[in-house]
Amino acid sequence: MAARKTTAKPNVSADELLAYYKDMLLIRRFEEKAGQLYGMGLIGGFCHLYIGQEAVVVGLEAAAEEGDKRITSYRDHGHMLACGMEPGGVMAELTGRIGGLSKGKGGSMHMFSKEKHFYGGHGIVGAQVPLGAGLAFADKYKDNGRVTFTYFGDGAANQGQVYEAFNMAALWDLPVIFVIENNQYAMGTAQKRSTSTPELYTRGEAFGIKGEVVDGMDVLAVKAAGEKAVKHCRAGKGPYILEIKTYRYRGHSMSDPAKYRTREEVQKMREERDPIDHVRDLLLTGKHATEDDLKTIDKDIKAVVSASADFARESPEPPLEELWTDIYAEV
Amino acid sequence: MATEILMPALSPTMEEGTLAKWLVKEGDTVQSGDIMAEIETDKATMEFEAVDEGVIGKILIAEGTADVKVNTAIAILVEEGEDVPAASAATTQVPQPAAAVAEAAPAGGSLANSGNTAPLAPVKATPPWPEGTKTKKQTVREALRDAMAEEMRGDGDVFLMGEEVGEYQGAYKISQGLLDEFGSKRVIDTPITEHGFAGIGVGAAFGGLRPIVEFMTFNFAMQAIDQIINSAAKTLYMSGGQMGCPIVFRGPNGAAARVGAQHSQDYAAWYAHIPGLKVVMPYSASDAKGLLKSAIRDPNPVIFLENEILYGRSFDVPLIDDYTVPFGKARVWREGTDVTLVSFGIGMAHTLEAADKLAEQGISAEVIDLRTLRPLDTDTVIASVQKTNRCVTVEEGFPVGSIGNHISAVLMEQAFDYLDAPVINCTGKDVPMPYAANLEKHALITSDEVVAAVKQVTYR
Ligand SMILES: Cc1ncc(C[n+]2csc(CCOP(=O)(O)OP(=O)(O)O)c2C)c(N)n1
Ligand SMILES: [Mg+2]
Repeated sequence: MAARKTTAKPNVSADELLAYYKDMLLIRRFEEKAGQLYGMGLIGGFCHLYIGQEAVVVGLEAAAEEGDKRITSYRDHGHMLACGMEPGGVMAELTGRIGGLSKGKGGSMHMFSKEKHFYGGHGIVGAQVPLGAGLAFADKYKDNGRVTFTYFGDGAANQGQVYEAFNMAALWDLPVIFVIENNQYAMGTAQKRSTSTPELYTRGEAFGIKGEVVDGMDVLAVKAAGEKAVKHCRAGKGPYILEIKTYRYRGHSMSDPAKYRTREEVQKMREERDPIDHVRDLLLTGKHATEDDLKTIDKDIKAVVSASADFARESPEPPLEELWTDIYAEV
Repeated sequence: MATEILMPALSPTMEEGTLAKWLVKEGDTVQSGDIMAEIETDKATMEFEAVDEGVIGKILIAEGTADVKVNTAIAILVEEGEDVPAASAATTQVPQPAAAVAEAAPAGGSLANSGNTAPLAPVKATPPWPEGTKTKKQTVREALRDAMAEEMRGDGDVFLMGEEVGEYQGAYKISQGLLDEFGSKRVIDTPITEHGFAGIGVGAAFGGLRPIVEFMTFNFAMQAIDQIINSAAKTLYMSGGQMGCPIVFRGPNGAAARVGAQHSQDYAAWYAHIPGLKVVMPYSASDAKGLLKSAIRDPNPVIFLENEILYGRSFDVPLIDDYTVPFGKARVWREGTDVTLVSFGIGMAHTLEAADKLAEQGISAEVIDLRTLRPLDTDTVIASVQKTNRCVTVEEGFPVGSIGNHISAVLMEQAFDYLDAPVINCTGKDVPMPYAANLEKHALITSDEVVAAVKQVTYR
């Protein structure tokens, strides 16, 4: 494999490593399946795949505790799977069926789970950032020691409301981690074409928010950075920024002419920096698992994903009455 | 086991495409993620990746084939060492999407009809240009691009700004070729910063330029709505007539296909509410072109509402140099005597379809396309209602505070004595847009609902 500098001695147990491997692989296989179902016309509209970025959410989930919150954009399937939402419920939402997490009414971009403290699933670029600060506001108000992971993209990092949220989060010491998933492109716009200064982790300096840049293709580096940020927030020191450098292998959504980057660029990332191959190597070279063990894991995950796709196909469309429900909460 | 590789759907609105190029040949081994073919849709050329690994057993659709329907088998994938099955019947068909729930039969029907039920002779739309004018078929997409290009050639102060308008050629390919022709000084890619660049556009207009600001869709213009309303629409008035704001805000508006609640909203009534804005919502390609040219020349802020589903539709566009369409003049698409149907934008597609269905049932509908919502051509609507005595309005937006509500009020005030029935407003349903295919269909306005409304106002 590649010219990656392997994290010398991973500071985690074999079980943890295996768990990250499984979690990342589940996201990858799930997304591949979603892409396939889209091509067959079973999924419609927009469908933003997370392939390539798996280590970001899996690493940060490893740093989270029960009760911590998360909120993200439309590129949300990975976040939902990583925080334990049912693959079948996610897939059935993608197909617009009653068994979906939003009864088929939300779609790929809009899913939520009170139980898993997942607050969506937002389609307007940047809008989730003040929302995440607001979740943290509620936690601080209730003094419950919780932290909110607020994910957004490099493109979203240019929206004005992000900086309004930064200021208030710092002013009021809100326990929020602003996670910038810098996958280097916002649709067809390479990051350098849209930002006056590319170092997004420094964007909080003017507000007094600490930030750091993290290798998002290395789940252990992400986890370590996440733990540091969580500690900072839980200690009541206010917000923290993590700029996590990652890469999306697929198009922005399904209809992406992909003329803004070369095939070689994508291929090089896949071959040299793949976050799943990285953990796979650690597992094998550290003798924590054999090729056969990994094959079994792969098979099991494929079965989970296949079952989710079966469920998503078989679950019926929502009954027509659903058109008129959930517009207002009962008084 | 052999599997058929099916023509993929690569965008929310794709139904067919051209298989532009095969990048693999029979006998090649493919891995998941390998690029197998290039497929062209009306929006873009896209690469099609393999999902499963295997060997290309047979290519069923040759490269260069156009109009290949989504889900047509285009190749057969076999396992290493396996023979290609003789007939494609021997393969596993990847299942088709579940059929939508059967729809209830449309209301109305043949009962209790009074008067004529014999089908009427087909009515042809009369084009709004002089007889004998040569025309060419153009999509709305091409017409919009031509309008911008012509105006940019004519006036060096006109420039285009927005997300992905330049290098990407437009998220919906409306600005295709403009960067090449006009360069990056005049075709400007912005960051995702709607409130900021809308404000910069307004400031540039104050400063003497003529910006065209593209919103990737009007859903995102909500980020910028303060600059549009408080800065662009009101400054001329607040400055006692000194400081005008010649700017066009344009982009797709309304529902596309299954993009959910935050990406599917019709803002026609929102902007039409605002004094100081002009609001345009074309249906046909010729109107898109002529009205956009007028919008760019107008000394006021203009909201120009396009529609993603209409972008790919073709219409006759007159071959007239510098073809413009004035604001505030509705177009009568077909004349009729029994009822006046008033619509605009994509609502016109449902309305014209309804008029055809009504003609089959012996009901003659006059169809009016408002084209601009501010100024609004109420004269044409009133004149028509004076003739037909009945009116149904059709639009995609929410029912409360709709354009139809406004037309009803105008008719009540100015044509009350001519009305033989209450005006009915056909609108989208009073719910956020659902994602599920069956629910979305029910949330949107249909021609059958228009037909049912007409039956009601004509007491048939
Ligand atoms: C306010 C707003 N503007 C534009 C869009 C259209 N849009 C959707 S995603 C996207 C790119 C966002 O890029 P980034 O923040 O880097 O996230 P990524 O897609 O890379 O995860 C754009 C322009 C939108 N949804 N909302
Ligand atoms: Mg990005």
